[in-house]
Amino acid sequence: MGLPARRQEDTEARIAHLEVPDGAAWATEMRKQAVSRYLAMGLPGRRDEYWRFTRPDDLNTPQAPSAAVVDFGEAPAFGGIDRLRIVFRDGVFDPEASDDLSCEGLEVERLQSATAHEIHWLKDVYGVLEARSQEPVARPFAALNTAFATDGIVIRATERVSRPVNLTYLHENPDSDAILHFAIKVESGADLTVLENGPAAARFNKCMEVDVADGGAFHHVRAQGRDHERRAVTHMFARLGKKSAFKSFTLTANGVLTRNEAFIEFVGDNAVSHIAGAAVGDGDFHHDDTVFVVHDAVGCESRQVFKKVLRNGAVGAFQGKILVKEGAQKTDGYQISQSLLLDEDAQFLAKPELEIYADDVACSHGSTSGAIDEDALFYLQSRGLPRPEAQDLLVLAFLAEAIEEIESEDISRDIYGRLKGWLQRHRR
Amino acid sequence: MLKINDLHVRLEEEDKAILRGVDLDVTAGSVHAIMGPNGSGKSTLAYVLSGRDGYEVTRGGVALEDQDLLELEPEERAAAGLFLAFQYPVEIPGVGNMTFLRTALNAQRKACGDEEVSAADFLKLIRDRAKSLQIDPEMLKRPVNVGFSGGEKKRNEILQMAVLEPKMCVLDETDSGLDVDAMRLVADGVNALRDEGRAFLVITHYQRLLNHIEPDVVHIMADGRIVKTGGPDLALEVETNGYADILQEVA
Repeated sequence: MGLPARRQEDTEARIAHLEVPDGAAWATEMRKQAVSRYLAMGLPGRRDEYWRFTRPDDLNTPQAPSAAVVDFGEAPAFGGIDRLRIVFRDGVFDPEASDDLSCEGLEVERLQSATAHEIHWLKDVYGVLEARSQEPVARPFAALNTAFATDGIVIRATERVSRPVNLTYLHENPDSDAILHFAIKVESGADLTVLENGPAAARFNKCMEVDVADGGAFHHVRAQGRDHERRAVTHMFARLGKKSAFKSFTLTANGVLTRNEAFIEFVGDNAVSHIAGAAVGDGDFHHDDTVFVVHDAVGCESRQVFKKVLRNGAVGAFQGKILVKEGAQKTDGYQISQSLLLDEDAQFLAKPELEIYADDVACSHGSTSGAIDEDALFYLQSRGLPRPEAQDLLVLAFLAEAIEEIESEDISRDIYGRLKGWLQRHRR
Repeated sequence: MLKINDLHVRLEEEDKAILRGVDLDVTAGSVHAIMGPNGSGKSTLAYVLSGRDGYEVTRGGVALEDQDLLELEPEERAAAGLFLAFQYPVEIPGVGNMTFLRTALNAQRKACGDEEVSAADFLKLIRDRAKSLQIDPEMLKRPVNVGFSGGEKKRNEILQMAVLEPKMCVLDETDSGLDVDAMRLVADGVNALRDEGRAFLVITHYQRLLNHIEPDVVHIMADGRIVKTGGPDLALEVETNGYADILQEVA
């Protein structure tokens, strides 16, 4: 069945100015398939099941709506951590600002160079994980990304690498519309940490495909935020092998529109996946976490912890699905999504879903929405804490369960520091 | 230290008068006890002193030394030296007991223009205080009051008092929910803090706590007023005869 005429026009207009980049035959084929997928799915509309909480309008326009570049004088995230810096300016790799890309245990390469090779490991990852995610729920912006991304980095980790790779996205042009694609292969027994920070562009479309082989481990921490008017649609795809581990945490502060999707697939037994997010919004802020976890192996543990603190018209949305396929016995699934509404104008929308076809599993999920605990606030005040400080303490306590998913103490301290700064800037 | 003058208070939501003219003068170095039947307004007095929302003072005033207490926010009252040991200490998930105490102490020091206490000095201080109250160091690491037994919660209140060193301590039914041993431990903690510069207002329903914390003055409260004031013997009289006789006598 084709798309309605209007939607088809918009879908075509959205990519009219974009070109499929040159590359090796396999890459061109993958990109062409992605164009076909995109055209078949069409741009999202408000009546689509997974776009009811979030208006896609600003993501659907051919040109990005402008976003002012803001400077709070805040130190860049992860500044105190020894890391391999890879910098993008409005979606274009900046070799001058980046570190030398050679690092023991890692192969780091620019996307356009990797896709030019006829033989490359990337062939089994690029667009492959994205394509696997398209059933039963369409993710058109991810297909668009696979088709048209002109820049990005591909990383292959072959050992346990202690130095994190830090992708920094600078936003300097108020009209930039950036598309970046990252593909990561964590080989058996290897361990890699990827950090992301920065607003990236006025509008940012990012995909990250992460293929973790048996016994591999991948850690991901992202500090997303700053510019109030920026818009972002991001996708994280993961395919997890036997006894592998995948841990991801995202802090989102500010941003008029953020849609973070994750699609996690367990293909090997006894693997672990934890995804967490802490989002804080004040005013014109719409944040959407849409997470799918597919259990297609035995004895895997998945955990999703998403917390949002909202005020002054800010809106948070959570859509989370755990799908346990037939035969995925001994699955241990836990999902929690909670919001703390600091006033009556804030809004939280949640749709948790469990779909289970195996009979020997333990899955639990919960979603709550509430105001700050006035008794706790008074108790803290009665011990001498001024109300704003007491409230910040309670907000941080609320977010703690998500932040605790970060394993590195240094990184977690950095995230706490950023949150405290945000809370202080947004005190009433 | 604490002067309460003709205090009238009503509940905001129910438009109901709870305190109907309370007068009290607690001098530095002394321990005053307030006893009274349920519903006499004892806990309301504690909450009004600490600045809790929901109560409206319709007449009268409260002075802590030379400060008008009712003009101050709850945190300013704490910085001025007032401390309320809660009847029902609040559980705060996610906030570590130690972090909480250190933040509170530093907030009060900051409000008074003092230097913040260093992490090392704080650790020393809290270990010392916790030890004398037989508080397990594990309890300090747990979130504030979460999963604490009734006795642990009350000991935690006294620990906070010992760390914050307030001038005016108000204890609201600190004996409720305590067995004899726990009560002795709590009372020892309070007694260790008794000194010339500090005053206590001990609110209790039963006399038994006063066997361990000996008061200088005992007040009987009924129907929102202090109806009788006397020495420690008055508490014993309540224990023997109940409140009914006294209330009849003053009626």
